[in-house]
Amino acid sequence: MSDILVILESRDGALRPVSLETLGAARQLADARGSQVLAVATEQGTYDAATLGAAGADKVLVADATAHSADGAAATAARIAKEQNCNLVMAASTVRGRDLGARVAALMGGGLAADCIAMDCADAASPTFTRPVYAGKAELKVRLANGVGVATLRGNFFAPAGRSAEAAVENIAAEAGKANVSGISAQSSGRPDVAEATRVVAGGRGLGSADNWHLLESLADALGAGLGASRAVVDAGWRPHSEQVGQTGKTVAPELYFACGISGAIQHLAGMRGSKVIVAINKDADAPIFQHATFGIVGDVHEVLPALTEALAAVPS
Amino acid sequence: MDIISFVKRVPATTTIVAIKDQQLDPQGVEYVMNPYDEFAVEEALKLRDEAGSGSVLAVSLSDGAAQKELRTALAMGADEALLLNNAEAGNVDCMTTARALADGVQGRNFDLLLFGKQAVDRDQHGVGPAVATILGVPCITEVVKLTIEGDKVIAEREVEGARETLEASLPCAITCQKGLNEPRRASLKGIMAAKKKPLETREIELAAASMEVVEMALPPERPAGRMVGEGAAAVPALIDALRAEAKVL
Repeated sequence: MSDILVILESRDGALRPVSLETLGAARQLADARGSQVLAVATEQGTYDAATLGAAGADKVLVADATAHSADGAAATAARIAKEQNCNLVMAASTVRGRDLGARVAALMGGGLAADCIAMDCADAASPTFTRPVYAGKAELKVRLANGVGVATLRGNFFAPAGRSAEAAVENIAAEAGKANVSGISAQSSGRPDVAEATRVVAGGRGLGSADNWHLLESLADALGAGLGASRAVVDAGWRPHSEQVGQTGKTVAPELYFACGISGAIQHLAGMRGSKVIVAINKDADAPIFQHATFGIVGDVHEVLPALTEALAAVPS
Repeated sequence: MDIISFVKRVPATTTIVAIKDQQLDPQGVEYVMNPYDEFAVEEALKLRDEAGSGSVLAVSLSDGAAQKELRTALAMGADEALLLNNAEAGNVDCMTTARALADGVQGRNFDLLLFGKQAVDRDQHGVGPAVATILGVPCITEVVKLTIEGDKVIAEREVEGARETLEASLPCAITCQKGLNEPRRASLKGIMAAKKKPLETREIELAAASMEVVEMALPPERPAGRMVGEGAAAVPALIDALRAEAKVL
């Protein structure tokens, strides 16, 4: 059966860890097929043969582009898929990955299963992917026609293979594109992005005002967590849209999600219900969020959050 | 500036999803213009008016019902609308949709194609970049800031933990993210004017499906949780639960 091609994502020359999860999923399918996992890095960077091999890659092809080009990267990946007879291409479901996924699927003349959260390899030639729709209010199990096309995989749902193997690394020529990245500015907070964090601390109207966000920031820093926000506080201008969790925001699935002063509107629940453990803190005991929480505290966030932050400081992590 | 803005009819985001015959049960569902497409229509109108010339065409692939959403785009200020009609359009996968849309606008002159970054029903984020790829024009996705200077397109998007600036040239495709603009509401005058604007319906063939839906299901229920207590006094019990029970600390 055909090999699988994984598109690696990097920024400023550094591989993004979510790509290792994609490699792990591809490895699982390749093992079921008895085939290989190829990876393509569409721009220059540091690609460690041991790390990539351990995650699942057999071979890594590094293109000689010096910056990210959206259509150039897609053309490079589609060319490699064709040259290497890979009928399935996988990428992480990030902003870049979703973009590339659709382009590569179009170039391959195949299908697209975006933002998948599970994969069933029982039919290895054409695996079944589970993907949320309606912002997580339902799930589809889908198969690409003839197994041909692209699957993008949501972060925190798949794991690197963790094997002891080293990938072969080769250089290839990149395709040029017409939509090119000319600048990247990193967020300055130093906290992980809410969409990728393994722990998230999110706040809503119950915080009372934007000035009270330091309570959440302190808790987030004690946990090494990313910051999230409800739509209400983003619409009120308290927080940037990049932190919004829910429909018309980001969908997150961390190990641990703190919903602080968030009532739990259906649009918010849709964006975070995949979290493994949900802690809700709200002074309204009837808030819908409590029906979805693993653990709940009824109380004022202004009192509970500082106590929680202080107690966590004493917990060995 | 000639702009094509793509519009999809979707269930409102407040919809409570029920499933019937492996599809969304349409009973009681309110349908609206995809919220991200509102940003696309708004941006199209703004750019047309800034340029002082050109037109905005709103296009939808639908089983006919999207006449309403196209009228909304006309009422907001689009000049004309095109409904690509197919009885099966409601259930088609995103790549097949992209192929039909690309087919439907083939031969039309445009400087810019504007899309919502995703449709809030299937959430694939795929139609914009796929249409652009099929038509051979550059595309910048999930844009929160757009500047056009002559033929040069400069767009910003938020990626995980950073903001990227991308550059391309017209003709170009853009998919629109929340933050790009504040979509206008149609005025009464606009709604009246929309009734007289051209809305063409054209039958369109769909290519063979590129993805098959095996099953649609509601997400697994979360196991019942529990209250650990009230106020700051409950913090030690919460930390115990997170460490010993959930093992996430």
